[in-house]
Amino acid sequence: MTALRVVKSGLLSTIQDLGRVGYQSVGVSVAGPMDWYSHRLANRLVSNDDRAAAIEVTLIGPELVAEGDGLCAIAGAEFDVTVDGLPVSTSVPFTVQRGQRIVFGQRRRGARATLAVRGGIDVPPTLGSRSTHLVSHMGPFGGRALQAGDLLPVGTAGATLRFCGTRPLPLTDGTATLRIMEGPHRARFHEEAWGSLCSEPFRISPDSNRMGYRLEGPPITHVRGADILSEATAVGSLQVPSSGQPILLMADRQTTGGYTIIASVITADLPVAGQLAPGDTVRFAPCSRDEAILLLSAREEELRR
Amino acid sequence: MPERIVPAGDSAWLIELADRLDPDVNARALDIAARIQAARLQTVSDIVVGYRTVMVHVRPLVEAKTPVRPILDRILAEPRPADAAVPGRLVTIPVCYGGDLGPDLPEVAAFARTGADEVVRRHYAREYRVYMVGFVPGFAYMATVDPAIGAPRRRTPRLRVPRGSVAIASGQTGIYPAETPGGWNIIGRCPVRPYDPGREEPFLLRAGDRVRFSPIDVKTYRSSTEWGDV
Repeated sequence: MTALRVVKSGLLSTIQDLGRVGYQSVGVSVAGPMDWYSHRLANRLVSNDDRAAAIEVTLIGPELVAEGDGLCAIAGAEFDVTVDGLPVSTSVPFTVQRGQRIVFGQRRRGARATLAVRGGIDVPPTLGSRSTHLVSHMGPFGGRALQAGDLLPVGTAGATLRFCGTRPLPLTDGTATLRIMEGPHRARFHEEAWGSLCSEPFRISPDSNRMGYRLEGPPITHVRGADILSEATAVGSLQVPSSGQPILLMADRQTTGGYTIIASVITADLPVAGQLAPGDTVRFAPCSRDEAILLLSAREEELRR
Repeated sequence: MPERIVPAGDSAWLIELADRLDPDVNARALDIAARIQAARLQTVSDIVVGYRTVMVHVRPLVEAKTPVRPILDRILAEPRPADAAVPGRLVTIPVCYGGDLGPDLPEVAAFARTGADEVVRRHYAREYRVYMVGFVPGFAYMATVDPAIGAPRRRTPRLRVPRGSVAIASGQTGIYPAETPGGWNIIGRCPVRPYDPGREEPFLLRAGDRVRFSPIDVKTYRSSTEWGDV
């Protein structure tokens, strides 16, 4: 495949690799996929390196035309996808021929899907990464979402095709439980606040995006104020401003913040979080750091199959 | 408060120092960050200094095999250098104060109960320390602003702060490297890009740098601006 041409952009389609690591000390956000598991799965299905750049589509998918013959795969959210009108399955590689049209139709489950093409999307890297960071306008196409007319160059594929037996990420119907570890500022919150966080459901507000999900639920109350001297943030953190409504920091989060962090969603569950959409409901369950690492190892094992 | 290390999820460790805005505490954070950097740990992806913290981002699965925590404990226990931290680089930054480029200067003057010229003079009279960099690429949190001119954040943040804006919020001052929303009081504009991907050194400022502002007139601003805004 030489390139993919965007005919319709969809709601929010961006190019992502595994993120811009190594520049957080100068304020550069990591970005990268909202669902790292499905990004890596899609790449593995077409025998790419996990780090290859792919297209992340959100809620309403795009329409693309192949400028050459190639191998593609979609992982993550389930959409009714067709190639020249014929349906293709999620999590199974499929071939496209020059001039054929890949159309994302109705979304069935999940929020975001990754479309990988063998060879990877070969846009020029910025600070070592091809990820798009929308707020700082960093990455391919001036750091913006894809638009109709964009031509996405595809890289040269390696020689060998490998079989990939990886299982797709289990998707839920608009509700999920995310496991959390206690955050650095846990002591700045009332005991009841922790209790509410671990027992009550929270709704993902429409005012949510790749930077973070605003959560609506019982107020999470502070012992003494929400502000801290600014410090670095970690992905998955549940930041609580004075409103008492937590914000779950996602892939495009700013590198630093000035609000208390009550807890952090574990890495193994970030892909699950990435598949949630506004209006969905989330619950939190406490876990230890050791459990978090075991759960992450288990996710990795699934990828290796 | 003793120094302590706490997990920030499974992908980061947070080293917390004394909870105050203090150049010595921040220098200690920078020293710790430099020591971790020097250890060249494969497990560590990013080391980010805050006002009084160091966050060490790790690759959790690699870390499960080669734990970083004992190394961080050891670094914290190392003897501290006898002299205070080495002074950072001195960077001089030109600023065109007031007028259209510094629309909040009159409000800051009203806060300070003085004239605009006096606010400007007090702003460039001091040397500032870059305590940390974050928020957007190349945004340096600098302190400490003369309390007399340290107007608090605006009640309603602007939706768009022009690139290059030099602003004040209480004890802090900063330069906006990109057009973003922002609540700080804009008193001028800097013609130099704090982040320029095309420059050999893309980032103008790093934590630990010392900064002086140097006033320039509109004519000099126009002839030197890197923003294409004239």
